[in-house]
Amino acid sequence: MEMAGAQILMEGFLREGVERIFGYAGATICPIMDALMATPRISYTLVRTEQNAGHMASGYARVTGKTGVCIVTSGPGATNLITGIATAYMDSIPLVAVTGQVPSGLLGRDIFQEVDITGAVTPFIKHCYLVKDAARLPQIISEAFYIASSGRPGPVLIDIPIDIQEQMVQDPVFPDSVSIRGYNPSVRGNDKQIMRVAEAISQAERPVICAGGGVFLAGAEEELRELVSRTGIPSVTTMMGLSLFPTEHPLNMGMIGTHGNQCANKALAKADLLIMIGTRAADRAIFSPDEIQRRMPNIHIDVDPAEIGKNMSSTVPLVGDVKIILRQLLERDIAVECEPWRTQLQAFRREELSREFPSHPGYVFPGRLLRLLGQRLKEDAAVCVDVGQNQIFACKHLVLRGGRLLTSGGLGTMGYALPAAIGVQTAQPDRQVVVVCGDGSFQMAMNELATLRASRLSIKIVLIRNGVLGLVNQSQRKPPYHGSFGVALTGDPDFAAIAGAYGIPTIHVAEEAEVEGALERFLAEEGSCLLIAEADPEWNTGD
Amino acid sequence: MKQTISVLVENQAGALNRITSLFSRRAFNIDSLAVGVTDDPTLSRITIIVDNGNSVVEQVEKQLNKLVEVIKVRTLDESSLIGRELLLIKVSANKNSREQIMTICNICGAKVADISPTSMTMELSDTPDRIDTFEDMMRPFNILEVARTGVIALQRGGGKI
Repeated sequence: MEMAGAQILMEGFLREGVERIFGYAGATICPIMDALMATPRISYTLVRTEQNAGHMASGYARVTGKTGVCIVTSGPGATNLITGIATAYMDSIPLVAVTGQVPSGLLGRDIFQEVDITGAVTPFIKHCYLVKDAARLPQIISEAFYIASSGRPGPVLIDIPIDIQEQMVQDPVFPDSVSIRGYNPSVRGNDKQIMRVAEAISQAERPVICAGGGVFLAGAEEELRELVSRTGIPSVTTMMGLSLFPTEHPLNMGMIGTHGNQCANKALAKADLLIMIGTRAADRAIFSPDEIQRRMPNIHIDVDPAEIGKNMSSTVPLVGDVKIILRQLLERDIAVECEPWRTQLQAFRREELSREFPSHPGYVFPGRLLRLLGQRLKEDAAVCVDVGQNQIFACKHLVLRGGRLLTSGGLGTMGYALPAAIGVQTAQPDRQVVVVCGDGSFQMAMNELATLRASRLSIKIVLIRNGVLGLVNQSQRKPPYHGSFGVALTGDPDFAAIAGAYGIPTIHVAEEAEVEGALERFLAEEGSCLLIAEADPEWNTGD
Repeated sequence: MKQTISVLVENQAGALNRITSLFSRRAFNIDSLAVGVTDDPTLSRITIIVDNGNSVVEQVEKQLNKLVEVIKVRTLDESSLIGRELLLIKVSANKNSREQIMTICNICGAKVADISPTSMTMELSDTPDRIDTFEDMMRPFNILEVARTGVIALQRGGGKI
C-alpha cells in the first residue's frame, strides 16, 4: 500500500497509542492536519499559542504516564514551542513534538517561516530528528516514542519538511521493536550496591529520605510509600516530589529548599544519612550541596548516571529504574532504629503545620487560603501551580490529601499552570482540577481560557492578586538590591470581566472571615470558576 | 590536567553539532577536537582533548553517553596512548634561509610539502608537544600560516574501545 508521509505519521501515532494531540495549525503542517482529520481515533485540541501546546501535553503526560504529543508549524510556531520543550526537558516529561518545516530542497535559504528548529532545541531536548526521507518515518516515530518515554524521560522533536509529509512511500514497514545501539538506559540496580544501601540505612540513627519527581516518572509512588512506612524513615520531598505523600502523612516532613518548609530543611541539616531518590539536588532544593556532603554520607538513587556526582558527590551511588530499585530494596529486611529522631521531627512538623498566619484587613493571606482550599478538595484532585509567590505559598501550605500537584519546578516557567491543567482534565475529564496562579502568571496564560471554553472543561482557578511580581519584588527589597523596580503590575485588567467574557463566573474574597464561605461556593460551582483573592503585596513567602 | 577522550558516534548529520553543543552548554573546555570516519562507514571517531579536573571529565563522559548518537566513550590512559597531530606550516623562505630551515626539518622529521621563491610549507605528524617545538623553531623565519588537525589517538596494544 502506498502512504504519504503524513499518513505514516498518523499510523505511527496509532501504533504508539496516541489518543490526543495538542497543536496549532500552520502552512507547513497542512498535510499533517489533513491526515489528522482523516484519523478520528485521535482527538485534537487547538491551543491559543504554541508554547501552551507543550504545557498541555506535559500536564496530559504527567497524569496519564503516557507520552504527550504536540504538533505546530515551522518558523514562529516552532520557536514559540521552545519554552514548552525546555520546560518539559527540565522536569523530564515525556513529549513528542512534531514541527512542520519548509520544503527540504529549500532548507537553509531563509525562506518564509524557516528556522533551524533542531539546531535551536539541541541544548535542552533529549533527542531530535530532521526527516529527509518519508520511508524513514516509521523507524523515527518508533524511536522517538521509545526515547521520550524510557530511561530518564524527556522531550523528543521530529522536524518534517512539508514535501516529506507529502512524499509517497510504497508499503512502509513499522519495526516491531526498537533497538538503538547508542541508547541503553539502565534498569536494574547493581545487587552489591543494593546491599550497601541496605547496610547504610540500617546503621543510620538519623536517616532522611529525600524524594523527587523521578519517583513519579518511574511510577514508583507505591513502592516509595511502602519503603517509608515499613522503615519509618522521616521523609522530605523536593518541589517536584510534592504529593508523593499526603501533607498529614506522619513521616512527611515537607518540602526542602530555599523556599521550603522549616521542618524539612531541619531534617536535611541534622540527618546522619541522606537517601536521595529520583532527584538531582538542584540549587533551589539543596542550596549548599558541599556543606551537606561534608556533614553526612548520602545514597543517590537515579535512573540517569550523569546525575550521580553532578551537583553532589555520592557515597553510595545506585543507578537504575527507581521502581525496580525500590522493589529490590523492599525484598530485603531493613531494620531502622530512629525513634528519637522521628519523634523530634514530628513535633517540629506539627508545630509548623498549625502555625498562625499574619492577617491584614482587606486582604487574605495566601498560605491560609491554600491550606483551607486543600482541606476541601477531593482526595484525588490535581492542583496545577504556577510560578512565583503563589507557587511557594502553595507548595508550603496547600494541604494535599492525596491527588497530584503539578508545577514547573526545573525551568520555573510562568504561565505553566492553566495549560497544564487543561492537559490534565483533557486526559481525565472527571477529575477535579484546580489552578493556583498569581496576577503575573495568569496574564501569561489567560489566552488559553478560550481553549478551556472550547473544550467545555471545568477548572477552578485561584488567582492570588497582589498587583506585583511578588517573588522578584521580595528579592529586590533585600541587599544587594536597592528596592522594587519593574515589578508593579500596573494596568492589571478587570479579571472578573475577562473571565466573564469567556463565560466563567468570578468569586471575590478580600477578608479572612469570608475565605471559607468563598471556597465553598467556588468549589460548588458546576463549571469553571475564577476565585480572586486579594493579597497584601507587602507579604513575603516566609511570613 | 589534559585528558584524551575517544568517542565513537553514528556517522550522521547533526551528531557533531550535538556533541560540540554539549560542551558549550555544560561549560566544558575543549583543547582540541578531531573527527573522521572509521573502518565501519556508519561510525565516526571523535578525539577530544579536554583540560579539566577529574570530576569534570567524568561528567563529560556521562553527558556524552547520554547522547543517542554516541555509541562508546572512553577516557584514554595517558601513559599508554598513541596521540598524533598533523601540522602544516608556511614560513617565509629565500635562498639564504632555506638551508637553515631544512636543517631543522631534518632534525624534527618534517617534510617539505611545497616550495616557492618566497616561501616553504612543511608538514609534520607527531605528538602535540614535538609539534609545538617545531613551530617554535620556525618562528624566527616568519610564520605565514599554520594549520593543525588536533590530536587523534588510539590506545597501545591489541585492545580497542
